[in-house]
Amino acid sequence: MRAVCWEGTEQIRVETVPDPVIINPRDAIIKVTTTAICGSDLHIYDGYIPTMEKGDVLGHEFMGEVVEVGRDNARLTVGDRVVVPFTIACGRCYFCKEQMWSLCDNSNPNAWMAEKLYGYSASGLFGYSHMYGGYPGGQAEYVRVPFADIGPLKVPDTLSDEQVLFLSDIFPTGYMAAENCQIKSGDTVAVWGCGPVGQFAIKSAYLLGAERVIAIDRFPERLELARVQGHAETLNYADVDIPAALRDLTGGQGPDACIDAVGLEAHGTTLDAWYDRAKTSMFLATDRPHALRQAIGACRKGGTVSIPGVYGGWLDKFPLGAAFAKGLTLKMGQTHMHKYMPRLLEHIERGDIDPSFIITHRIGLEEAPAMYRTFRDKHDSCIKVVIKPS
Amino acid sequence: MIRHLEYESSPSASLSEIEACLALSSAALLLIVAATRRSTFGAGLAIASAPLLYRGITGQWPMVPDSPDDTQAALGGDRGVHVRESVRLECSISDAYRFWRRLEDLPRFMSHLRSVTQTSDRQSHWIAAGPAGIAVEWDAEIITEEENRTLAWRSLPGSDIVTAGSVNFEPVRGGRSTELRVHLQYAPPAGRAGALIASLFGREPSQTIREDLRHFKQLLEAGEMPRTTAGTKE
Repeated sequence: MRAVCWEGTEQIRVETVPDPVIINPRDAIIKVTTTAICGSDLHIYDGYIPTMEKGDVLGHEFMGEVVEVGRDNARLTVGDRVVVPFTIACGRCYFCKEQMWSLCDNSNPNAWMAEKLYGYSASGLFGYSHMYGGYPGGQAEYVRVPFADIGPLKVPDTLSDEQVLFLSDIFPTGYMAAENCQIKSGDTVAVWGCGPVGQFAIKSAYLLGAERVIAIDRFPERLELARVQGHAETLNYADVDIPAALRDLTGGQGPDACIDAVGLEAHGTTLDAWYDRAKTSMFLATDRPHALRQAIGACRKGGTVSIPGVYGGWLDKFPLGAAFAKGLTLKMGQTHMHKYMPRLLEHIERGDIDPSFIITHRIGLEEAPAMYRTFRDKHDSCIKVVIKPS
Repeated sequence: MIRHLEYESSPSASLSEIEACLALSSAALLLIVAATRRSTFGAGLAIASAPLLYRGITGQWPMVPDSPDDTQAALGGDRGVHVRESVRLECSISDAYRFWRRLEDLPRFMSHLRSVTQTSDRQSHWIAAGPAGIAVEWDAEIITEEENRTLAWRSLPGSDIVTAGSVNFEPVRGGRSTELRVHLQYAPPAGRAGALIASLFGREPSQTIREDLRHFKQLLEAGEMPRTTAGTKE
């Protein structure tokens, strides 16, 4: 089959690789009908994610048709149309039972690698380095799905691929980011980053009862999408002093909750942002936490900072003093996908949201390598790319 | 999981510092080369570094006595190498105990074991894959058995190796989960017996046991071990 493979930093190629086969009894094989490039794939593209190996198949947002089922998988049958969560979970360990699905104990065959770096390992992930299991990803014609009796969500034929595909990651990720804000009615939520996760965080904040959402970015098309589709007030950080503007917009109190939907490759125009760029470019730092610093600084006393943005290493100049002084709550982590997918499918079925609004580009598999660059550089007003493998 | 490793080394005989440095740096070089190769070749190099490390640190080449000592002599008190590991399981104590007590199933999750054959109610014959694929065999007897609480064993005279161990089962979280503690002991890598078992458990015996326990947990909780390639044993 054809698959999008990582060959090194900024080197992506479409290659012919062996078709996946059933390995474990609870597996299924999915014929991918639609997949997407995620903003977090760009961290891999840019070489920020350790333990990638040449030839690794990328992609963790995908859906398709079940074509083969393992002998212990009683939940799926050939022909089912499913969306697959990007986190792999066994459904039976302590963490799965406690609804902390992305922290599954039993799905990462390379748990020892993550343990060396982080103390304990989270769940395995599709197409996201060997530290997270080395599972081949979904930017391919076919993909093997482990624990497929637990993860894949059957979707009705009345909804199109583009309406349900983002249940695989970014919609639940934006939703959990908003839920982590512990929103009370009347609250104001500020969102850093108007990429796909930011857009879903904005919509989800309103779904969960926020009165106002303020969205921060520098790309006009993303700010416009946040304004028009998300009904957010928008701030362009290239033009305004964000902390001052947020103070002003909230009567001097600050937003009740702040969401960092940017992560480890933040851009900025302030001194600390240039400091991060200099240090990471000389390999003296692992992450560029400019957006997170600003969110912590801007959040009101006793508020919550929610972090769906991905971080990988040891953060430099992290303002823990400010977080402590203001009594902030910090919430973060990979999305507990399995917990959110069914209820978000209901929102889509009821027409509360149509997630396809973020799609700007539709391509075939062979065009993926060029599109990684376009997406990374935000050329051609690129916000979200979906791929039709066949 | 907690980890604990104690190492008893004998007092070193004299060895010139240059020789010690040479032995240590050769061992380090082998280990570095080994670490950069995730292959059987790399593992072989890592194993090959063990005698050099031993000589560099203790000033002696590993001793090869004629016959292995019995477990009392080799492992009595706090002699020998100790490895302690523990794991929590989302299953009842009886499920965990029953799975472990079926000794013939142990090779399903213990990577170095080829087979375990129950020869009588309390005795069993063990075959493990030693260095360069050579089989290492020993007979073991169960010395303590309390159902759903503890199981302890030791190797019998005439075996290739000298080892003893125990596993304890304890209810936690109000009995909803089970905590399992393994304590393994083996002769230090001085004698032939110790050198063989040291190579079975690799450079980091604690890590090896930890992985085995992880596989045990995966089989018991998820019903399968996560894999990305077929062909490895289940």
